[in-house]
Amino acid sequence: MPGKALFQKTFTIKKDDFANAGEASVQIKNILKDVGFDSSVIRRVAVASYEAEMNVVMYGGGGNVRLAVNPDNVMLVVEDKGPGIPDVDQAMQEGFSTATDEMREMGFGAGMGLPNIKRNSDDLKIITSPDSGTRLEICIRSSVSGTEEN
Amino acid sequence: MKLEKIKELLQAEELTSGIDLNLEIASARASDLMSDVLSSSHAGDLLLTGLVNAQAVRTANVVDMKVIIFVRDKAPAADTIQLAEQWNIHLLATKKSMLEACGLLWAALY
Repeated sequence: MPGKALFQKTFTIKKDDFANAGEASVQIKNILKDVGFDSSVIRRVAVASYEAEMNVVMYGGGGNVRLAVNPDNVMLVVEDKGPGIPDVDQAMQEGFSTATDEMREMGFGAGMGLPNIKRNSDDLKIITSPDSGTRLEICIRSSVSGTEEN
Repeated sequence: MKLEKIKELLQAEELTSGIDLNLEIASARASDLMSDVLSSSHAGDLLLTGLVNAQAVRTANVVDMKVIIFVRDKAPAADTIQLAEQWNIHLLATKKSMLEACGLLWAALY
């Protein structure tokens, strides 16, 4: 991540906290609105963030989401303390899921999370291991002036 | 179509206060799966769902949906209603099934 972020903030995500899951993403959306991003950029960031946040709550054993607003992109770095993703290619397939009934009752866990994050990112890096959990680096390109992304 | 007409068609009751029945609803989506709603490039103005927890309201917020109508005579808890009111998302409920609600709206639109 070269250069200095114009704004950054870290949100803590608690394990199994279904009641508040998604709150960080709503706050991120509000921050980007205040900064003046285009609505389509805000929506892509919010969707990617929300899916990532749900993954941290459901599978990740808690963790955090770090938002960085840079001159030409918005970065989300999502880290969890979970068991890692054994097969990333499989997890990227729509419909593949290891969700429990409780997760499905929340309207999630149908194997759409990572595909949705990828769909809304310009660049997605997944670093995962059983020892250190999972780290997602999500980059969505845009400028702070609020111009439409390409 | 105005929200007022949709309310009448679905015989829906208002769950949140201050609902703007003059609101124009151009498109709608029906799903109990929030990831499905999030995957759409244009989610629409109205969500029909049987999911009554806070995630339905947070999903609507994230994709800028204005109205949620809960089907199958389901109603959310008070804190979910409060969350929707805080974000100016209108909540209604109908006794109709998802299929019937979708059918009625489709027939009225096309």
